[in-house]
Amino acid sequence: MMMEKVSNIARSQGDPKVISTGVSSFGASDRMARNLGWFSLGLGALEILAPERITRALGMEGQESLVRAYGFREVVAGMLSLSIEKKAGLWSRVAGDGLDIATLMTGLRDDNPKKGNVAMALMMVGGITLLDIATATEVGARHAPQTGSRRTYRDRTGYPKGIAVSRGVAARKKDAPQLAAS
Amino acid sequence: MKALVWHGKEDIRCDTVTDPKIEHPRDAIIKVTSCAICGSDLHLFHNFIPAMLPGDIMGHEMMGEVVEVGSGVDGKLKKGDRIVVPFTIICGECDQCKRGNFSVCERTNRNKHIADKVFGHATAGLFGYTHLTGGYPGGQAEYLRVPFADATHIKVPEGLTDEQVLFLGDIFPTGWQAAVQCDIEPTDTVAIWGCGPVGQMAIRSAILLGANQVIAIDRLPERLSMAEAGGATTINFEDESVVERLNELTDGKGPEKCIDCIGTESHVSFGQPDTILDRAKQMMLMENDRPHVLREMIYVCRPGGILSIPGVYGGLADKIPMGQLMNKGLSVRTGQTHVNRWTDELLHYIQEGHIDPSFVITHTVSLKQGPEMYKVFRDKQDSCVKVVLKP
Repeated sequence: MMMEKVSNIARSQGDPKVISTGVSSFGASDRMARNLGWFSLGLGALEILAPERITRALGMEGQESLVRAYGFREVVAGMLSLSIEKKAGLWSRVAGDGLDIATLMTGLRDDNPKKGNVAMALMMVGGITLLDIATATEVGARHAPQTGSRRTYRDRTGYPKGIAVSRGVAARKKDAPQLAAS
Repeated sequence: MKALVWHGKEDIRCDTVTDPKIEHPRDAIIKVTSCAICGSDLHLFHNFIPAMLPGDIMGHEMMGEVVEVGSGVDGKLKKGDRIVVPFTIICGECDQCKRGNFSVCERTNRNKHIADKVFGHATAGLFGYTHLTGGYPGGQAEYLRVPFADATHIKVPEGLTDEQVLFLGDIFPTGWQAAVQCDIEPTDTVAIWGCGPVGQMAIRSAILLGANQVIAIDRLPERLSMAEAGGATTINFEDESVVERLNELTDGKGPEKCIDCIGTESHVSFGQPDTILDRAKQMMLMENDRPHVLREMIYVCRPGGILSIPGVYGGLADKIPMGQLMNKGLSVRTGQTHVNRWTDELLHYIQEGHIDPSFVITHTVSLKQGPEMYKVFRDKQDSCVKVVLKP
């Protein structure tokens, strides 16, 4: 309601103003997709700007370029998830989760002193993957095109007198005065 | 009162809002009896058209009963009159209105100072269509204040239902103007991209204007079936090449007249790779529109032909093949609809039984169901073509 109140500055005195809000066209799964999109953008920014912090925490030094590349992937997935193509964004996040898991698995070596952090990161990514899959599935079902009853409208001509009678009626009307004048 | 209110991208809510009030002597208030969701409302739903603010009431296709008039309405309207409200607000007195160019009325855009900067010169005020066109509250509500009401109305003759006349406020004259702009000759083939509500009206307008052949292009079977019922030959662009099929149907010459009833949001698919590039650029704020249909029309249109563009575009569009456009000598005609220029004639055709625009209505629901219907209409669910709301 805050934004609505601020935007009332642009309205005149007699324009209606919001008193209370009702049910939204934006569903719970849409909202979750938006949250995941912002999360992607945040994580992506961190991966692009400070990859060494991530590799150090995971004991995977030397992988900074890969982490930065993953950061760009996250940003793209985040932008898609925030857009009206959110389903594509969410499934691209799922694919990215798979890449993250595969990459993290390489850090589960016995000689990695940060192996515990890697295991914790894997658990987090696993949880987020499940959330991504659930949200992508829900968004897909909610916005599935061409669901509901499928109908044909072959009987909806729009010409009460029939197309044969009405075809060209406006052209004939336009011609009439010219013919009369000649 | 209740109204459908824009709160952000894909976020329309049925809110409780304060009632509108008369502000100016030329205002009137109507009790809305029917209103509709327009395809161009979806551009706002997607936040593709700039200058919407949270709290803006949606809707620019509406009609109702006059319940209050300002002192300056000058007897042209009275309580109890049934009127359709054109989506373009007109003064009826400026140079442009006198020429019949109502959609570019010089007086009704109350944010003229902003619109002048963006468009070069301001266009008319529109209901429920961003603060660039005046920020006027829309008609998907129980009540609506109609500014310049003495000019901004179409009186409904007795004996006609809401459903028969509602679309005189937008989609019918929009489809009609698109066809009229084509200067249709009896030998012409008119190709129409998009079989949504405006496309359906353009098909029937082209038939009434005597086109030899009308070809309609879409991908949704229910919309194509409605186009066929209206007398069009159809092309499903997911099943066949639009360019090849149009050339086949015109002995290789191409259609003389092409109408773009899609506008800024061309369907994005791998079959139309330019739409993927356009969409990516849109997301990076490097382009506003996806002008795939415009490119295709320029390519396939017969040299010397006419391109008519009723579809809404929002800003900057890339990769328009100006070389083809110029060398083929094509004429481009476009603009928001000069609604009141056409309504007397169209009302006559409705009364004479030559057309009944209610054929396009597939869903009639309450205002409360409006937010859900935005989703259904946008996602092309339940064979939805046109939604009418009953406040």
